[in-house]
Amino acid sequence: MATRPRLAVFKFASCDGCQLSLLDAEDELLEFAGAVEIAYFLEATSAIAPGPYDIGLVEGSITTAHDAQRIQDIRAQCRTLITIGACATSGGIQALRNWADTDEFLQAVYASPQYISTLATSTAIADHVRVDFELRGCPINQFQLLEVVGALLQGRTPRVARHAVCLDCKRNGTVCVAVAQGLACLGPITQSGCGALCPGCDRGCYGCFGPALQANPRSLSDQYLATGHGPAQLLPLLRNYNAAATAFREESERIERLAGAGD
Amino acid sequence: MTADPGLIPIGGERRIPSDRLQDLIDLLRQDDYSVVGPTVDQEAIVYDEVTSVDQLPRGWTDEQGPGTYRLARREDDALFGYVVGPHSWKKYLFPPLSTLSAADRTEQGWEMRRVEEAPPKYAFLGVRACELAAIAVQDRVFAGGPYVDPIYSGRRQSAFLIAVNCTQAASTCFCTSMRTGPRCCTGFDLALTELPGEFVIEVGSDRGGTLLARLTTDACSARTLAAAEAARQQAVDQITRRMDTTDIRNVLLTQLEHPRWQETGERCLSCTNCTMVCPTCFCSTVEEVADLKTEHVERQRRWDSCFNPEFSYVHGGLVRNDIRSRYRQWLTHKLASWQDQFGTSGCVGCGRCITWCPVGIDLTEEVAALREKPACP
Amino acid sequence: MPVSPALAPPQGDIWTPHAVRIVDVVQDTDDTRTYHVAFDDARQAARYAFRPGQFNMLYVPGAGEAAISISSRSRSGSPLLHTIRTVGNVTGALERMRVGDTFGLRGPFGSCWPLEELRGQHIIFITGGIGLAPLRPAIYHVLDHREDYGDVALLYGARTPDGLLYEGEYRDWIADGLRVQVTVDRADPRWAGYVGVVTLLLDRLPLSDPANTHVLCCGPEVMMHYTALSAFRQRIPAQNVWISMERNMNCAIGLCGHCQFGPSFLCKDGPVLRYDRVAPFLPVRGL
Repeated sequence: MATRPRLAVFKFASCDGCQLSLLDAEDELLEFAGAVEIAYFLEATSAIAPGPYDIGLVEGSITTAHDAQRIQDIRAQCRTLITIGACATSGGIQALRNWADTDEFLQAVYASPQYISTLATSTAIADHVRVDFELRGCPINQFQLLEVVGALLQGRTPRVARHAVCLDCKRNGTVCVAVAQGLACLGPITQSGCGALCPGCDRGCYGCFGPALQANPRSLSDQYLATGHGPAQLLPLLRNYNAAATAFREESERIERLAGAGD
Repeated sequence: MTADPGLIPIGGERRIPSDRLQDLIDLLRQDDYSVVGPTVDQEAIVYDEVTSVDQLPRGWTDEQGPGTYRLARREDDALFGYVVGPHSWKKYLFPPLSTLSAADRTEQGWEMRRVEEAPPKYAFLGVRACELAAIAVQDRVFAGGPYVDPIYSGRRQSAFLIAVNCTQAASTCFCTSMRTGPRCCTGFDLALTELPGEFVIEVGSDRGGTLLARLTTDACSARTLAAAEAARQQAVDQITRRMDTTDIRNVLLTQLEHPRWQETGERCLSCTNCTMVCPTCFCSTVEEVADLKTEHVERQRRWDSCFNPEFSYVHGGLVRNDIRSRYRQWLTHKLASWQDQFGTSGCVGCGRCITWCPVGIDLTEEVAALREKPACP
Repeated sequence: MPVSPALAPPQGDIWTPHAVRIVDVVQDTDDTRTYHVAFDDARQAARYAFRPGQFNMLYVPGAGEAAISISSRSRSGSPLLHTIRTVGNVTGALERMRVGDTFGLRGPFGSCWPLEELRGQHIIFITGGIGLAPLRPAIYHVLDHREDYGDVALLYGARTPDGLLYEGEYRDWIADGLRVQVTVDRADPRWAGYVGVVTLLLDRLPLSDPANTHVLCCGPEVMMHYTALSAFRQRIPAQNVWISMERNMNCAIGLCGHCQFGPSFLCKDGPVLRYDRVAPFLPVRGL
């Protein structure tokens, strides 16, 4: 068989869920393993082959000085670098620290905080190195990952939609929970990818796939604020898995200022 | 000339008590129709397959306004005492997802083939006048030009349409402005008018007349007919929303740089909701669905929207690269250029886009604003 | 507003592509090749006919479909040619294909150059770069029926001399009675011709009878806009200017909504449109 592209999977600050979603792709996993040589994937195998790699998948965010250096080395070893998941693409839920006092957290959480060496922020991989493709989601959609890798193997652009979740709700026949139930749903400003899971279960969208392309969060939160949802409800909605994604971050900070002005 | 006993003529009206509506559903099912009708689900009245009158929204109504929809209890047992909900019949005639063709890699190269679909046979129960108009609009889009979509036309040809005359209106309704309702005048096989405890059924086609003749029905008394007329008039009287359609094509197409587009572009979420709930919007994208090695590939058509930024992608970038231009595209297409393309407005005045816009943008208000001359810069 | 009676639409299944096989590939420029293809199905080959200006949807399974104009003679029996520049997924996949490989084709689609209506008239073809491809069938049609037309000229521009398409054919075209003028944006040491934008050639072209002269233009929208302005300066009437436009054509049959430009579906009302009918919409950003 011709040499297959060598694939490596790297982990930074994250829960491993995105890597697991690749392993979860049971039906496609064998086909996947046949199409690439899995050279480095600690979650799946302890067999490690040295770099360089054709494709690097990176999960997790940068939260330590050591990781900030390690991602540079990884970038140098990977011809194509793809970041996967909310942590890697926006800093993840751990980016909540960006608005807080990290030292205070250390004192509260760890018995011996003096052994912890951490940065004050959690940041996306693309804030540190050039990234060839960002795959969103908390966790990622395994079919989107297979699509991205497949596209790479075929030399074409991956087909990953960047429109709002609403389009998926409507294709599914799901009734809008914002309009029919008055729930604060992030669907209109969140990128598609999950198949509109939560509104299908009578819940508002939590924004797991981050801001949709050219999203308009300001208009949405103005509407929610005008229809009985307070800043105390909207702030944690925007400051969630993709809290530090630009469109969500700017809007949450605006709401914070509005709430502050109202005090 | 003697009347054919097996056929009630077009325009003929008969009466059945409400508790015999089940007979109509049974008869349609006997004729192999899947009966689709209104039912309560997900806090709304949606369209779904029904086998029993008990699945209809008995005693429910809807309260609608810009950006809001709520189910509410009625004081009576009306089965069709609501207006229109988030679904429209287009999901059955123009499905959100369909497979158009398939390709397989062989020794000799690619082999491409049609993916046959035996069109499902639907009976739609509860089609409103604005929805009949919407179906007529999509007939022009999918089957009125040189290219006929086989998926739409296959489903459409076999569909049996049972209309229901509105006896009330929502605050978002403006069918009278678009001259599409609320009275069902054409395009149905049968049309019901609901009265307390009974229905008046009007025949709209020979197919409808033949079916109705197989049902046990009574003659309509003058009093019943008068009551039906009064019930229908009630809907007309309740419609308060208006859209001025005078010369609307030229008004909109000569106001492409009006500052209102920018203002609305700042409110609009570009979330696609209005286009998805619109019963005439027909945009779609055909996508490849392939296995990892690209041995078997299918081409799938999905609902898409001019509000999806990537809808206008051409190599090099997005043509409509901001919300302003996407909103402008939608409104001018719907109300203006649709007339050039299909000889009719794309709007039937159902008000869905007003209700289901999460931020309550109201196209009738937009048109009124665009009619105002912009202030001089 | 179809500009010319297009051929009857393809009969039968509108969605399934026909398999075609690559017979020959000619490298025209660095990023552009001309593919000669033939239908696998002999009946389809016999049935297939197009008019100059129309396009086909070329389909590479997995990569998708792309609208590509037809660049060959429309006379029956002529080889079917597409001149393709690599810009995206489909054209990239086609670039990797070799003689004998297969792909899919639906078509022909769209409006055509109004060549029947222009009998007895003078014609100026004006274009740049890859824009010559959709005009080439029209050029061949005029040359094959040379006696039916008055003065005919081709004004053609490219960025550099290396970017000129079909260079080997100009001599024959001139011999057959086409006035050919070529310009480049950047000359190289071997270049002895014009330098500058192609609309300058139109400005300078002596016209004997502007009222009966027609301009058939294909290029970027801004170039077509300046061509029209130049034509008007030459006293060519607005209704004599024809352009070929491009948008994202997804279904090619007016059913998907992608290629709308104001009131037009560019896939079926276009790609060839009379300039004055779309002129109000051309300057509108983001339409």
